[in-house]
Amino acid sequence: MKLNLKVWRQKNNKDEGRYEAHTVEATGDMSFLEMMDVLNEQLISEKKEPVAFEHDCREGICGSCNMVINGKPHGPQQGTTTCQLHMRHFNDGDSIAIEPFRSAAFPVIKDLVVDRSAFDHIIQAGGYISVNTGQAPDGNAIPIEKDLAGQSFDAATCIGCGACVAACPNGSAMLFTSAKVAHLGLLPQGKVEHTKRVKNMVDTMDKEGFGMCSNIGACEVECPKEISIENIAMMNRSYLASVFGGRE
Amino acid sequence: MSNITLNSNEPKGGLTNKWTDYRGSMNLVAPNNKRNLEVIIVGTGLAGASAASTLAELGYKVKAFTFHDSPRRAHSIAAQGGINAAKNYQNDGDSTFRLFYDTIKGGDYRSRESNVHRLAEVSTNIIDQCVAQGVPFAREYGGLLANRSFGGVQVSRTFYARGQTGQQLLIGAYQGLSRQISNGQVEMYNRHEMLDLVLVDGKARGIITRNLVTGKIDRHAAHCVVLATGGYGNVFYLSTNAMGCNVSAGWRSVKKGALMANPCFTQIHPTCIPVSGHYQSKLTLMSESLRNDGRVWVPKTKADAEAIQRGEKKGVDIAEADRDYYLERRYPAFGNLVPRDVASRAAKIACDEGKGVSPTGLAVFLDFADAIQRYGKAEAISKGIDNPDIVKLGEAIVKAKYGNLFQMYEKITGEDPYKNPMKIYPAVHYTMGGIWVDYNLETNVPGLFALGEANFSDHGANRLGASALMQGLADGYFVLPYTIGTFLSKEIRTPKISTDSPEFATAERDVTDRLLKLKSINGTQSVESFHRRLGQIVWEYCGMSRTAEGLKTGRQKIRDLRDEFYKDVFIPGDLEDYNPELEKATRVADFLELGELMMVDALDRNESCGGHFREEYSTDEGEAKRDDENYAYVSAWEWDDNQPILHKEELKFENVELKTRSYK
Ligand code: SF4
Ligand code: FES
Repeated sequence: MKLNLKVWRQKNNKDEGRYEAHTVEATGDMSFLEMMDVLNEQLISEKKEPVAFEHDCREGICGSCNMVINGKPHGPQQGTTTCQLHMRHFNDGDSIAIEPFRSAAFPVIKDLVVDRSAFDHIIQAGGYISVNTGQAPDGNAIPIEKDLAGQSFDAATCIGCGACVAACPNGSAMLFTSAKVAHLGLLPQGKVEHTKRVKNMVDTMDKEGFGMCSNIGACEVECPKEISIENIAMMNRSYLASVFGGRE
Repeated sequence: MSNITLNSNEPKGGLTNKWTDYRGSMNLVAPNNKRNLEVIIVGTGLAGASAASTLAELGYKVKAFTFHDSPRRAHSIAAQGGINAAKNYQNDGDSTFRLFYDTIKGGDYRSRESNVHRLAEVSTNIIDQCVAQGVPFAREYGGLLANRSFGGVQVSRTFYARGQTGQQLLIGAYQGLSRQISNGQVEMYNRHEMLDLVLVDGKARGIITRNLVTGKIDRHAAHCVVLATGGYGNVFYLSTNAMGCNVSAGWRSVKKGALMANPCFTQIHPTCIPVSGHYQSKLTLMSESLRNDGRVWVPKTKADAEAIQRGEKKGVDIAEADRDYYLERRYPAFGNLVPRDVASRAAKIACDEGKGVSPTGLAVFLDFADAIQRYGKAEAISKGIDNPDIVKLGEAIVKAKYGNLFQMYEKITGEDPYKNPMKIYPAVHYTMGGIWVDYNLETNVPGLFALGEANFSDHGANRLGASALMQGLADGYFVLPYTIGTFLSKEIRTPKISTDSPEFATAERDVTDRLLKLKSINGTQSVESFHRRLGQIVWEYCGMSRTAEGLKTGRQKIRDLRDEFYKDVFIPGDLEDYNPELEKATRVADFLELGELMMVDALDRNESCGGHFREEYSTDEGEAKRDDENYAYVSAWEWDDNQPILHKEELKFENVELKTRSYK
C-alpha cells in the first residue's frame, strides 16, 4: 500500500518545526515503526537526515515509543502502543499525520523525540517504598489478598509513556501519577508512607509544569495499558486528606 | 602473547559454606571511608539499578549511566516468564542444592560451581527484597505467593507477575534507584553512552561518554567501574532484544584488556513469532509456557508443506495421519517440553528438510486444537453440561491461561490462533557468554566489574528459564555490594580521581577521532544495511548449528564486511547533535569485531554443548556430543585483530557428577 505521510520535523527545542510530506510503500505485516524504518532508509539513501523517533523494545513494554498518529497518541487502535500498531489497520492511499507527544512538560528534543524526564522527577519525589537492601522480612510474612495484589498489579503495568499527558487538553499527568500511587498505596507495605507520598508526588507534578485535571477522561481512552481513571479519584481523596489532615 | 593469568579467586572451603564464610571474613570499608569512594555504574537495568541503589544505601558515591531517557526503559523490562528462587514454599522438595544442581546441569556443565551455588543461595533474599519494595507478585487465594513450574524442572520455584515479571522487577529496582537519586547519593546520567573505558596505572578509573542529545564528549572518573550493560544478542541483527541493546561498553573494555568469555554460547529460544519480511526489525518472543499445552508439528510430506507455503493449504487442512509431531516422536519422555536448545534445533532440522509452514519456509506449527478439545471435555464433565459445545468451552480455558499471548500473536500476525495453529520459529534471545569475571565479579582488569547478562558467569552453555532475572538481581543486590569491598578496601587512601590526567585526555581524543573517522567515510550504504548483513552471516554460520568449515567461511565474510563498512558506510547528521545513526554506527562497528570472535570461539570448541552445536560432534541420531575430557573449560579471549588469544579457565566439578543430558 502507498501511504502519504505528513511528518513533524523540528531540528531542536528552539526551532519552530514544520510538517514534511513523504510517500512510503508499506505492507500490512509491517509495524508502524517498521514503516518509519522504511521511510528513514529512503531518506538516508537520498543522503538526507532520517526522522528521529524514540523506540526500543518494540513489543509494547518499555514505553519509549511516542507518536501522535492522526491526532491520537499511539494511533487508532485501543490498548496498543505505536510499536505494536500494524499497518494492516491502514488502507492504500491513506494520509497519516505523525507528530510528537506534545505538552509543556515534555519539551521536544528533535523531530518526534521529546524529553519526559519530568516523569522520573515525579517518581523520585516519592514513588517508592523506603526499604534498604537486606532489611526485608520473609516474602510470605505478610499475606496479601489475591484481588488486592491484582489491583495493585493493574496499576503497576503503566509503562511511563506519557500518552495520558499528550491526550489531555490540560497536559495533566494525573493518570500516570495516580497509577503509581495506587500500585504502592494498595499494598500493606506501601501504606506506611502513603500520605506523604501522595503529597510529594502531586506537588512535584505541579512544579514540573503539568496541568490541572478537569475530569475529561481522554487519558484513560488513549492509555495503551488501559490504566483506570478510578486511580485518579482515589489519589484525589488521599491528597485532600494529606493537606487537611485526618483520615480518608 | 600477553602474561594474563586467570584466577577465579574462589574462597577456600566447602561449597555450602563458602559464601557465608567469605562474607564473614572479607575486608570491609568503614562508613566514613565509603563517603569518599566513588563508583561508576554503566547500565541501569536489573543488575545496574539494583547495584546502584544498594551501593548508595551503603554510603558509596555512585554515578550511574544509561543510554536510555530513563532507567525504567532497560530491556530487563521485557522479560515475561518469572524469577526462580529456592524458597520451597510449595514443599515439593526444592532446596538451594537442587536449584544449584539444575542450573549446572541445564548449563551443560560449563559454569563455575561456586558462583552458581552462591546464586542459588541468595535467590531467596531476592524475593523478600522485591516483596518489600512492592513488587505485585501473583498470589494464591490464601494471600501467599504463588509459584509455577517453568522450563522443564521438576519443582515449582518460579515467582511471577502475570506475563510481565521483568517489568515489575525492573520498576522495583528503578524505584529504589529513584529514591537514592532524590537523596543525592546517586548522580544519574540519562541519555549518556559509554564510548570508552579509562585505565590509570592499570586500574579502571573512569569512562568517556557521549551525551546523546548534544553530542558532547565527557570524562567521568571514579575509584572503580561496574558494567551492567546486558547481552549482545543484537549481533544477530534479528533477536528478541530491544533495538538499542549492544555490546559496546563491554567491547570497549575488551579492547582495553578485559577478556571475553564463551562468546559463542548464545541462546536461541524456540517459541518466537517467525520473520514476516525483509523489513523486519526485531522478533517477538512467545512465552515458553505455551509448550505446556501446544503441540509442535510440521507436515509429513514436502508437498503438503509447499502447498502451505504457497498459501493453497492451511494447517487445519492437513489430516492427522499426515502430520509429524516431531518432538513427541524423537523425545517421547519429554515431548514438547524438551529444553530450549533441543527444541530449537529440531525446528531447524524440520525446516531444512523443506517442511516449514510459512511463505519463507521458516516456521513450524504450535497447535492448541488438542488442548482445546481436552479442556473442553473436562469442563463439560465437571460442570455436567448436556450437549456441550466442546470447542467453545475449551477455548475459554485456553484463553484464561494464555489470553494475553494469543492476543499479542494476533496483533502481530493478524491471524487467529484459536482457529489456526500458531506459527513459531526459534530466535536469538539471550547470551550466556560475556565479560570474564572472577568470584568477586571482577574482571581481569583491576577495578572493573561486570554484572548480569554482561558477564559470563552463571549459565554455562545454556540458561534455564526464569534464571536471567534471578542472576541480574543477585549480582546487583546481594553479591557486588559485598565483593566490591575486596577492591575498594585497598583504595581508601586513594584521593578523588581526577579527569585531568593524560590517560583521560588520550581516551577522549581516541573517541573523538573514532567518531570523526566514521563520519568522514561518507559512503553510500546505511548502517542498518551493514547490521542486517552481519546478522545474516552470524545466524547462518554461528547460529543453531555450526561446522568448522562454515565458521571459517563466516569469519572471512565478516572480515570482508568490516572492510566494506569502513569504506562505504554513510552516517547522516552531525556529530554534535541528537544522531541515532551515529549511535548505531559505533555499535555496529563493535558488533563486527565481536561477530568474528564468536566464530573463532565456536571453531575452537570441538564439542557440542548447550546452545553450541557442532555438526561434527553429534551422534548418529543428531544429538549433541559433549567432550568433558578436553573442553571442560571457560574460553576467555584476549582481543587481537589478527588472531585473538585464548586463555583457559579449567572448570572443576567437585559436587556434581557430569552426565549426558538425555530427553529421550
Ligand atoms: S498511565 Fe497509561 S498513558 Fe499514562 S504513562 Fe502510564 S501507560 Fe502511558
Ligand atoms: S518501543 Fe517499547 S513500548 Fe514501543
